[in-house]
Amino acid sequence: MPAFPAVLRPATWTPAVRMGLSIAAATGLYGVSFGALAVAAGLSVGQSMALSLLMFTGGSQFAFIGVVAGGGVPSAALGAATLLGVRNAVYGMQINHMLRPRGWRRWLAAQVTIDESTATAAAQEESAEQRRGFWAAGLGIFVLWNLFTLLGAVLGDALGDPRRWGLDGAAVAAFLGLLWPRLAAREPVALAVLSGAVTALALPMLPPGLPILVAAALGAAWGWAVRAPTAPAGAEEGAP
Amino acid sequence: MSLWAAILLGALAAYLTKLSGYAVPARWLANPRTTRVAAAVTVALLSALTVMNTFAAGAGLAVDARLASLAAAALALWLRLPFLLVVLLGAGAAALLRAWGV
Repeated sequence: MPAFPAVLRPATWTPAVRMGLSIAAATGLYGVSFGALAVAAGLSVGQSMALSLLMFTGGSQFAFIGVVAGGGVPSAALGAATLLGVRNAVYGMQINHMLRPRGWRRWLAAQVTIDESTATAAAQEESAEQRRGFWAAGLGIFVLWNLFTLLGAVLGDALGDPRRWGLDGAAVAAFLGLLWPRLAAREPVALAVLSGAVTALALPMLPPGLPILVAAALGAAWGWAVRAPTAPAGAEEGAP
Repeated sequence: MSLWAAILLGALAAYLTKLSGYAVPARWLANPRTTRVAAAVTVALLSALTVMNTFAAGAGLAVDARLASLAAAALALWLRLPFLLVVLLGAGAAALLRAWGV
């Protein structure tokens, strides 16, 4: 894997490696907020680390602790995290198409298949650069995300009452920050508003955690029924 | 279900989801409808999580210092500030209002 020796010598970094590592630095840093929020939600440092090491997909991890912090049962947290990870299957398909990893690399590639590594690979033109970008971002984020989760969890543990430091407000900001880049068009904005309204209505009526799953079902129905404006007419029905 | 069981099962489900993209025939997932459903579920869930974390209070809803966090984060995102700064400003807004006794 030519990306690894190159990572140690900045002079040999290609544009894809540079892009991957800067994304890794930016993404890894906000592992601090995940670690701090996880312990504020009531997880131990070990449980926070297990999520970052093993689940390793930021949106799902934030969803998991978000449901727990809202008083949801662990199975509801599991459901929300799993549904939020569904998009990674689509990324896996794209990376498999671009990189065609074989043997053990395929198992490792799957674990680091997330928003940022897929976006870095997809931003490259050449096949070798796609591979370097994917691994630089994926492995770089894995290392930094876990280091900074640990830092955040230990700091969060020492901070005491999370509300005094506004950590519940940090969670609000984190979720809006994850949502924001997906609101580039009018259609996702409409879905986000509808989903938010349904959640607010469902919160006082359903047990904690369930409103999130209702919103997921709404999203699935929306994605199924609403035709993307860019798709050519009849494309999905007539595809071989 | 214990918290640990949910964490480990959730991690397993997350890995198998990622791996499924490498394992299933490309045409299953290349279907534009599958891509749209995955994207829409993501948007709906993140919006729901934002609303829940802003307004949920026990079994009901409350408007409190967290609304200032939402506003501060929206402003920071609109100004294209980096994610970590967005989170810090969100925390700072709530902490400041609470220090003033809101």
